[in-house]
Amino acid sequence: MRQIINTPTMKKTILLGSIALFIITMVACEKMLPPAPKDEAVLAGTIPGLTPQQEHEHLVGDVAFGKIFTPEQGLGPIFVQTSCSNCHAGNGKGHPTNVLTRFANVNGSIVDYLLSKGGPQLQQSSIMGYPAEVIPGEANVLSKRMAPAVMGLGYIAALSDASILANVDSNDVNGDGISGRVNYVNPTSFFIPQSIHIANGGQYIGRFGKKAEKVTIQDQVVFALKQDIGITSDFDMQDLYNVQAGINTGDNVADPEVSASFVHSLVFYMRTLKAPTRRNADDPDVIAGENLFNQIGCTGCHKSTFTTAQSDIEALSNQTFHPYSDLLLHDMGQLLDDNYPEGNAKGSEWRTPPLWGLGLAKDSQGGQLFLLHDGRATTIEGAISFHGGEAASRRTAFNALSEQEKKQIIKFLESL
Amino acid sequence: MKQTLLFLLTSLLSIPAFSQSDSSFFKRIPADTSKLKLNMDAVYNRPFLQMGKLPVSIGGYLEANSSYFGTDGVSEGLSFQIPRMTIFLSSTIKKRIKFLSEIELEEGGKEIGIEFASMDIELHPLFNLRGGVLMNPIGAFNQNHDGPKWEFISRPISATTIIPSTWSNVGFGIFGKYGRNNLVWAYEAYLTNGFDDKIIANEENRTWLPESKKNPERFEESFNGIPLTTVKTAIRHRKIGEVGISWMGGVYNKFKEEGIVIDSKRRVDVFAIDFNTTVPKINTYFNAEWVWAIVDVPVSSPSQFGNKQQGGFLDIVQPIVKRKMFGWENSTINLAFRTEYTDYNVGTFDETGENIYDHIIAIVPGISFRPSTQTVIRVNYRYHWQRDLLGNPAARTAGFQFGFSTYF
Ligand code: HEC
Ligand code: HEC
Repeated sequence: MRQIINTPTMKKTILLGSIALFIITMVACEKMLPPAPKDEAVLAGTIPGLTPQQEHEHLVGDVAFGKIFTPEQGLGPIFVQTSCSNCHAGNGKGHPTNVLTRFANVNGSIVDYLLSKGGPQLQQSSIMGYPAEVIPGEANVLSKRMAPAVMGLGYIAALSDASILANVDSNDVNGDGISGRVNYVNPTSFFIPQSIHIANGGQYIGRFGKKAEKVTIQDQVVFALKQDIGITSDFDMQDLYNVQAGINTGDNVADPEVSASFVHSLVFYMRTLKAPTRRNADDPDVIAGENLFNQIGCTGCHKSTFTTAQSDIEALSNQTFHPYSDLLLHDMGQLLDDNYPEGNAKGSEWRTPPLWGLGLAKDSQGGQLFLLHDGRATTIEGAISFHGGEAASRRTAFNALSEQEKKQIIKFLESL
Repeated sequence: MKQTLLFLLTSLLSIPAFSQSDSSFFKRIPADTSKLKLNMDAVYNRPFLQMGKLPVSIGGYLEANSSYFGTDGVSEGLSFQIPRMTIFLSSTIKKRIKFLSEIELEEGGKEIGIEFASMDIELHPLFNLRGGVLMNPIGAFNQNHDGPKWEFISRPISATTIIPSTWSNVGFGIFGKYGRNNLVWAYEAYLTNGFDDKIIANEENRTWLPESKKNPERFEESFNGIPLTTVKTAIRHRKIGEVGISWMGGVYNKFKEEGIVIDSKRRVDVFAIDFNTTVPKINTYFNAEWVWAIVDVPVSSPSQFGNKQQGGFLDIVQPIVKRKMFGWENSTINLAFRTEYTDYNVGTFDETGENIYDHIIAIVPGISFRPSTQTVIRVNYRYHWQRDLLGNPAARTAGFQFGFSTYF
């Protein structure tokens, strides 16, 4: 190496300067680390009031939720995605690249989910050297579903059936044009009724899924493990295989591929994720928007407030929360009709989705918005414009508002 | 097996300790700096200790550092690491037959690996044979990765996760060199064992070439019977600098099982260019590498498994003081700056036409002090932004690293 900087004073200055710089940076250490995003800006975190042990159990579930499955661990052989968090990124909504497809053959009132042909759900991905599933020729209806956010589900799970039934108005007795009803579905083999559940001829009220076809979070989790990831558990030991490739082909990993405790951790995680925290709730436009939202009757379905029953998780007992949903099925008209019945829900019937977390949806959807059951709407206004059927009059009312008022409603929705 | 190796290594290590009392027993052979050297030569041009009249020379280096990192407000606290300690052995078995090996203890001895163990037969400067465990000549960093040579504590991301440095495999090949006046040109071409299908079937949730390093069987047999070809050529001009281009490619999947074809042959190809130069007079050193990987990912893999990756780094090192310091002649203080970028999934989503992210951007300013060229004491500040597949708000990680690395 050759001579570089030569004057002695300069050398000294540089040397001292470097040392000073080093000391300053070390002292400023903490300051130079990236700060945590505000609690209200993320869809992670626990419900208030958990014990330290419950907080710990939540973290175990968090890891399970993010676990990437490999073929060696039982992934597939056919699957949609490799982990829960690939579809529910950051516990938020999904993205068009992860939309899942269900199929069936529907002939009048006869519905065949084509179970012997690989139904009810398409697994378009597969492990190396094994063919992915394609939709069988017999299928004549498809239902595309984009993952919903999974925040605050513990509160919904802790509601009593009675509090859901309280909003039912099947025959529109009150004459508001809205006739929400519950989806009574057959329980899974591992369902154990709790005091909150009310049986109806052996069937129970579904509250999870876009058509309210799952009674409990556990039903949804076990179904997701198998149908979305190709993972068997103690609750469902029959692994997937591609019917088109031959019966029982593909996956030679011992079943169950995850233990019951893994499933319980996932369920616990889902139950203890906090509800989204509101932002800008005091903004005058937001308050005006909320009033308009009530006035034009959006709350006929997007009910703001519920209170939970007694729960085995103390922090979920008797809690008031604000999902902006009645958890009931509504006929949403032709535009949203996918002709795919589930349980007692018809093609045009959808469970009112909770609107909490709507303002944070972009942060899990890559900066864009994909709303409604299949992600077809890219703005909130777009989502409203698809409201038909029971919601048609509310859409008309929304359209009649001034631009300013529409903006206020949207601002309100974004504060949720 | 691991214990025997450890024993061997510790006994070897204790030799330099004896040498303290008998300085004539060990002779220091400094790295040869007279000739024009290329990145490819790095392995063969290290400082060695010659033991008396024994035909074996020994060398090695150690890296130790501490770090304090945090991601989005969550700090992991202060931790200390010995990421690696490496020992080289070399000997000339007979005229024109040489043996060289490098054994690495990673993470405090948890992992012991033969990075390198080869025999060279020199036939002609332009044509020589090499066989054994080879370092695939892809990019610059893979062959020129010794800790004491770098002002940065963390290894470049693209050079360790797209090119899975240190990437060495069993195989053989040819190499040669031609030099004239201010120019030197060289090539290496090898056939080795290579990748396997874990580059897609892994827990990283993306195409991940380093996953194949976890398969110890690649030192015993090829995953699919098709060798990985690696070719590099580089040229250096004394005034202008060095440019290298390299390619490594082969089939990574099992396409046949017991003679039955189960899949098409799927290729992985990696291309790299590297460049380095030192600006005359002010001695600013530039070092850069860029790499592209193209992987034939089955269409039935979800979109997070990219079929194209790219990334690289640019290091700038500016010596600011060079003089006698603390009694060491010719010690230097350097300012250093690295920028790096790694995109694990180049392309757009079929469904939306939008960019697929899954990338990391990092900047690393640092200061280093070198009592001699063989030893470096360095401080780095590192800030990196990692965005997920969909481009959601980046996870930000930053922290300080302090450590040293030295040949012994
Ligand atoms: C392929 C994408 C995908 C994967 C993977 C996935 N989900 Fe889902 N998830 C969805 C979709 C789509 C729905 C709506 C399902 C429906 O309408 O039946 C959903 C619904 C849910 C719900 C009900 C939410 C509600 O408000 O009704 C829960 C709970 C849930 N998922 C948990 C999980 C868990 C736990 C895993 C991992 C075992 C997982 N999901 C994996 C796409 C996915
Ligand atoms: C008759 C019941 C009903 C009424 C009244 C109603 N909605 Fe909805 N809303 C739904 C249902 C059901 C969906 C889901 C439809 C789907 O996924 O295809 C939905 C979806 C939405 C969504 C998209 C949510 C998401 O996460 O994708 C928004 C936003 C929304 N409604 C706002 C409104 C506003 C504003 C009003 C008043 C103008 C309103 N809704 C009135 C039932 C209703």
